[in-house]
Parts: sequence; C-alpha cells; structure tokens
Amino acid sequence: MTRTRIATVWLDGCSGCHMSFLDIDERLLALADQIDLVYSPLVDCKDFPDQVDVTLVEGAVSSEEDLEKISHIRARTRLLVSLGDCAVTGNVPSLRNSVGAEAVLQRAYLDPALLNPQIPDLVVPRLLPVVRPIHSVVKVDLYVPGCPPAADTIYYVVTELLAGRIPDIADKTRFGA
Amino acid sequence: MNTDELHELATAAKEAQTAFDHRIIVCSGTGCQSLQSEQVYESIEGELKSRGIGHRCSVVHGGCRGLCEAGPLVSVEPDHLLYQGVKTDDAPELVDSLDAAPVERLTLDVSIPFFSRQKKIVLEHNGMIDPESIESYMATGGYSTLVRILAELTPAQVIEQLTKSGLRGRGGAGYSTGLKWNTVAKAVANHRYVVCNGDEGDPGAFMDRSVMEDVPHQLIEGMLIAAYAVGADAGYLYVRAEYPLAVKRLRRAIRQAEKHGLLGHDICGTRFSFKLDIRLGAGAFVCGEETALIASIEGRRGTPRPRPPYPAAHGIWGYPTLINNVETFANIVPVLREGGEWFSTIGTERSKGTKVFALTGSVSHTGLIEVPMGITLREIVYEIGGLPPGKRFKAVQTGGPSGGCIPAEHLDIPVDYESLAQVGSFMGSGGMIVIDESACMVDVAKFFMEFCMSESCGKCIPCRVGTAEMYHLLDKITLGEATLDDLAMLEDLADVVKHSSLCGLGQGSPNPVVSTLRYFRSEYLAHIVDKTCPAGVCTIHQEVGV
Amino acid sequence: MTRVFTLTIDDREATGREDETILQVARDHGITIPRLCQLDGLSNIGACRLCVVEVRGVPKLLPACTTFINEGMEVYTNSERLQKYRRTIIEMLFAEGNHICSVCVANGHCELQSMAIQLGVDHISLPYFYPKRTVDASHERYALDRNRCILCTRCVRVCAEIEGAHTWDLMARGSQTTVITDLHQPWGTSESCTSCGKCVQVCPTGALFEKGNAVGEMTKHNSFLKTLAEMRENDK
Repeated sequence: MTRTRIATVWLDGCSGCHMSFLDIDERLLALADQIDLVYSPLVDCKDFPDQVDVTLVEGAVSSEEDLEKISHIRARTRLLVSLGDCAVTGNVPSLRNSVGAEAVLQRAYLDPALLNPQIPDLVVPRLLPVVRPIHSVVKVDLYVPGCPPAADTIYYVVTELLAGRIPDIADKTRFGA
Repeated sequence: MNTDELHELATAAKEAQTAFDHRIIVCSGTGCQSLQSEQVYESIEGELKSRGIGHRCSVVHGGCRGLCEAGPLVSVEPDHLLYQGVKTDDAPELVDSLDAAPVERLTLDVSIPFFSRQKKIVLEHNGMIDPESIESYMATGGYSTLVRILAELTPAQVIEQLTKSGLRGRGGAGYSTGLKWNTVAKAVANHRYVVCNGDEGDPGAFMDRSVMEDVPHQLIEGMLIAAYAVGADAGYLYVRAEYPLAVKRLRRAIRQAEKHGLLGHDICGTRFSFKLDIRLGAGAFVCGEETALIASIEGRRGTPRPRPPYPAAHGIWGYPTLINNVETFANIVPVLREGGEWFSTIGTERSKGTKVFALTGSVSHTGLIEVPMGITLREIVYEIGGLPPGKRFKAVQTGGPSGGCIPAEHLDIPVDYESLAQVGSFMGSGGMIVIDESACMVDVAKFFMEFCMSESCGKCIPCRVGTAEMYHLLDKITLGEATLDDLAMLEDLADVVKHSSLCGLGQGSPNPVVSTLRYFRSEYLAHIVDKTCPAGVCTIHQEVGV
Repeated sequence: MTRVFTLTIDDREATGREDETILQVARDHGITIPRLCQLDGLSNIGACRLCVVEVRGVPKLLPACTTFINEGMEVYTNSERLQKYRRTIIEMLFAEGNHICSVCVANGHCELQSMAIQLGVDHISLPYFYPKRTVDASHERYALDRNRCILCTRCVRVCAEIEGAHTWDLMARGSQTTVITDLHQPWGTSESCTSCGKCVQVCPTGALFEKGNAVGEMTKHNSFLKTLAEMRENDK
C-alpha cells in the first residue's frame, strides 16, 4: 500500500494549529502507518517536495515569503487544506489590516528603539500591505476553521481524507472555536 | 374663485400680454441661468428702458425651451423667433431687430428635428409662461380645468377619466395611475394625503426640475385635482434641496394659489379643502423611494421599509397616501382637460401619452425633450439628438442607476415600459445618456455602481455591502487585476443583490452591470483576460498583483 | 374578530392568525427561519434579509418577519437559492466589519457566528473591506466596538421602544453607517442613557458588551424583553 504524502505548513500563525495537531496524541501512531509526513515544521526537511497529496496550511499570508511559499506549495499539492482561523479568515494577524503594515512596523521596530531605529528588510521577510486568508491568494480545497481546530477535528479531517472522503466539518468546528 | 372670476383674471392677463407689440421672453431655467440669462434679461430691460419703448415692448422671464446646451435662449413673441447663445452685448442688436429683420447670427432654427419631432403635453406651456406669475399661467387656461372639475365632476368621474387615459406612473415603475388613485380613494380613513415626489436624483436627469421650475402651477393644479379625486385634505411637495430655484418658485406659486383661494379651505366655494406644504430632501437619493420619502416627511431617517403595506393604504402617519412623481402630476391637467379618451390615442397599446427625457451624453442637441411613447430609440438618438460629427454610437443608457445600457442592435425598439424592460433596461424617470465608442462599458457600469454604493441607505445588508463589493470588483476589472473568478463572483453578487435587497434602489443597482455584461461581455473579458481596455479609458496595471 | 388562516410552509400544513407573520407561524410549526435583525419584543424592520422566503405566485422574495400570512399561501423557506442568498449575506457581514471571533468577548455566544455555522459558511469568499472603525469605551459599565457591529439596529429599537430613552440612533449611510449615542456624543457623556444595559443584552454580536469580560466570557441575557413585551401586550 502506498502511503499518503502529507505536508503541514506554518505561515503567519501562532503554531497553535500544529500544537492541536500534536494533541491527537497516541492516535498519531496509527496515522503514522498510513502517511508519509514529507514536509512540516515538525520534521527536518528544507524543501517542499513534489507531488504532495494533502497539505495542511496553518496561518495567514502576511509577508512576501508567505506569498512565495504558498504559491510554490499550491503548485505541488493535490488537496490544499486551510487549517485554522488564520488560514481561513486572516484572524489575529489580519487585525493590523485596518491600520496598515507601516503602523505595525513603526510600533514594533521604531518606537521602542533607543539607538539607530530601523525596519529590518534583509533577514526578516517584508510585510505585505494587507494580511490575507489563503484562499484569496491560491485555490483552497477544504476549510477547517477554529482557533485552533480541536485535535479531534483535525484527526477526523485527516482520517476522512485518508479514507478518500471530503470531510463535512459543519458540526465539528467554527470560526473562533 | 369661480369660472367667471377665473375667466376675468385670464382675460386681463392675456390682454396685458397682447398690449405689447413684442414680448421678449428670456429663459430663466437653471440651465440658462447658469449661462447668465439673468444678466441678459437685465441688459435687455435696460436697453428697452433707455430707448423709452418699454410701453410697447416687454421683457419677461420664461421657462425652459429644452435645448439647454444652446442657452441662454431668448424668444420673441408673437414673432415666433428663438435666439440662442444670447450674450449681454447682444441686447442692443436684439432690440434693434424688433421692428426689423431678425438677428440672423443668433437665430435658432425651430424646424430642426429636435423641436419638430417632439410632442408636448407635459411641457405644453414650457418657455411661454412666466414661472413666477399665476396670471401668466391663467392666461393659458390654467386652473380652469380644476374649477370645471370642482363644479361638474364627482371624484369617481375624475378617476374614471384617468383610468380611461391609461396614464402610468412616470417615476419609473409605470404603475397605473388610475388604479393607484382608486386604491387611495377606496381606503377607509378620515384623512388622506397627496404627495408629489420631486426628489429627482438620477445622474443626468432634470425633467422634474424643469417642470417644477417652469410650470409650478400646472403641478399644483394636478395635485389639487388628485386631492379632490382621492379625498385628500393635505399634501406635500417633496423637493430635493439641490433645486433651490424650483423650491423658490413652488413656494411662490403656493402663496399665489392660496391668495386666489385655490389652496386652503373651501376651494372655489366648494367643501373641498387642500393644504399644500413643501418638504425639502436633504440630499439622499433613496428618499425618492416612496416609503423612505414618507419617513423623511415624518422627520425620521430616510430609509425604506418593506411593502406591503403600500403607502396607498398606510402612508404618512399611517394615513392613506397618494404618491406620484412630478411628471405624472403634470400630466393630470391635460388629461382631464382633453379627456381620458384623447390621451389614450397617444402612445402605444400599453404605454399612453408622452415621456419627457433628459437627453445627454454624446449628442449634438443636449436638453429636455418630450416624445410620444412608441417613438424608437433610434429616432431619439439620431434625429432628435443627433450624433456629434466623428462619433460612433455604442449604447444608450436609460433608467438611471437602476437602468441598463441598450446597444445599437436594439435601437429600433419602441420607447415604452415593456420594451425597455425586455432589453434589460428600464423606463425610469427619464434620464437618457447616449454613449459613443470612446466610452468603456465596464467604466460606465462602475460609475453607476459607485453611485448606488454611496447612495445606499445602509439598512439592508445586500444593498449596503453588495454594492460596495460589486464596486470593488468592477474597480479591480478596470485596473486589469481581476480574474475570471472575480467575474463569476460579480455575477453571483448581482443575482443576490437584485433579488434579496429591500427596496428598488438595491434591487435595481445590479442592472447596469447585468446589462453591460449582456451586451458588452467582450469588453469585460478584454480587461480580464487580455489586460487591455478596448476603448482606452481604463489605466491597466501592467504588473499583476495578487 | 381575528381570522385564522390555513397555509403550507415547506409543503407542510400550517395554521395561524391573520395578524401573525410567516416567521411566527413557521416557528409555531417547528420551522426555524434564519434571522438576525428580528427579535421578539421589538418592531420588525425586514432589514437583514436573512428571513426572505419564496411565496408561490409572488415574483419577489418576501421577508418572513414583516409578511403576514394569508389563506392558502404556499411558503418555501429553505430552497437552495435561498440558502445560497443567506450564505452570501452572512459572508457580506463578515467581509464588511472586522470580526475576529477568536478574540471576541462574544465568542461562542454570538448570533452572527452561530448563523454562519447553521448556514454552513466555513470561509468568506467575498473580499474583506477591513474598515477603520472606532471603539467607544467611555461608558462606565459598557462599551461599543463598532468593528463587530452588523447594523441590525436592535440596540436602537430596544432603547426607543422598550426603555423609551432613544439614546441610540444611526448616522451616515451605506457602508459608512454607524450606530451613535445621542448626537454622536461619547456614550459615557450621554444624558439620555439610563445605563439600563438593554442594548447590550439584545446585541447579537460582541459589538455591545459589559466591561470586564474576557474573551468568550460574555453571555447575553435578553429574557427581560419577552417579559416586558408580554406585560405591555397584556396591558392593552
């Protein structure tokens, strides 16, 4: 039996969705028999591989790096899942949208600096003017809102997908859950 | 006031007019006034005075002659001369010509199709009556219809004539006026209202303004007849405050009518009483919607409410209220004077009478026209308006922000309520904008959507948010940043907004988009797929963002 | 005498009094029609358009909250088309404001949020507006976060119709429309406000809230409205 190639990605989010994923606990062991986790912040793999069956994306698209990454990932993924409110709605990262990226940088880097205030642009990726949910940038196949979605929800989603079904999450989770 | 007294006043006014060898009538409509017709009036007056011929030549104010772009217009009666573009410096020459040959360089040929193809019922007196003089109106037979009706007809007979005429509401939707009057008359109540909707707000439309400015008494007489027919004892003229001249003249007209006992208690010695007041609109387009208009009159926030109940049953302060548009009321006097039968011979099977249009855009003759129902759009555009040299016709927009753009292939449809609706447009109140090849249809749709977005009252969600979403999508398309998914979303939104909005403003707002998509889809696709604006209007962003 | 009509709602037989709306009669027969601006005890305004239904023979959709029943009426409350419209309307509300459920006091007790769940809205396909809106925390006990306001005007109506203070009203139009206290004075300085808190309790979202609630802690208690409305009805 060929294992399903699964990836998880962490864009602009708090990693809470990944924590929730880990909260699947011992059921992870059962999953491990059926999947190959080919790319994830949880495994040591630098480049996003080709031909990934399912990618779970946590976080919103906030920086130029996020944008580049998600386009790259979409092109190599068969089924892309927006996991969690940041990916689905923009959530907390998008709170800055009504004030603008400049104001955020000013507050974070310039206001508190005592010496030589500057906005980093070489090491830290440049912010996009507007934080966006994943689906406004690339096509998304499944939405799993929640902040974070419960471990049971994530487990349900993954097992349904492994069974070849598109999970119905209507009564499983919601925005802000 | 009775027939004899009215006749006496009218005769005196007529005699006063014919006492002069020449009457110089200077247009005092808003269009001509903005071209300094008042100064022209003063210089002619000064010229007459200094020559000492004021006793045989008079200069008076008149209403709009329709061809606003050629203003200021000055006519000379009884010589039937019409001068265009008259400047203050022209006064001496004009006065010189009174007993000699006309001033050729200023003469406007009244046999051009712009004038000859029109049929005037609503505007029958336009240009010839001094808008600020009730006597001037009486001299043309004004108020004699009312006086006769009060003496001879029962309210039911008035409504019967109206029903026979086939007149339909000129505000846009085309509801049968006779039926509406009958509904109000039948409503059980001890108090009823008549309201004239003068909140004309469509971009490019100024038909009602002209009626209110030029023949305020014709409007008031129409309202009086309506009040008599439906049994109303009070009424309001709801006029937008952006029409100060109309407001001023209506106020004056109301005072004059009151002074002559034509408004107030026991009109013309009968038991019919009618009190008429003016209410000013504060600049909200949505207050042209009848339930919002009622709210505004009552001093509340001008937002629509779901109908039913219709104002005919539940209107101002809960009383049955008849609301008609300015042009509808302006039709009443001719209809009742000549009879419903006569009126029903004009126009088409289902659309009777005439319609006034404000013809603007890419035409040689911009202005106000009144044409019989059933005339083709082609006749209006090509003959009455005339395309400017070197311009090619693309579409004609009717019905204001709820209307649609009609392409060349449908130019031969007759102008009536049903035909216009069939090709995806709307009669509307009478705005008619001719669009030539240099215009981008996406840009046109965007213009109207921006109007609807900023005029949405904010009460219902589909209109408040939907128009804004649609505007942003249209903007994205004109910037060359949209995808085919965005186009699909635009069409989905058009469907939701059209069918789920609360009032006509919201329900009609997708029409410019829907009609341009129907006839000019290739222009949308050019912006989206090829990233070009075929008309060269839109600035396409070459670098496509996300 | 009030007549009683027989009608069908979603092909089910139903009866109701002539002075009852489709919404009421449907509910009596176990059919819940989605709505946000409607709340029992307040006047019905037909503004949110979630409750629009199809009535056979009527070309337009009718709001169930303001449409009275009629003999023989055939009402359809949940066609696919209506479901689609309702989902879009919910999406419009999310796109229009700044609704961040995860950090909202009303998280888990919000009618907008539960309506999204009920209607199967799992993401917002419409572009977000991200408006810049203000917060008024000048009142001693309550606060208004306009970012979460959906302009249902329940606060305006409860204040005018039940409390009789008419502190709340609306200002501006279109997407710029906003709720205001008095003549757009800070709430805390309002002389007409009685601090009764009815507006807070009827607000369907976290736009109006009691101070001192952390995320997800605020529950709404609007049962007073039913009691008051019934008492008044009985007084008539």
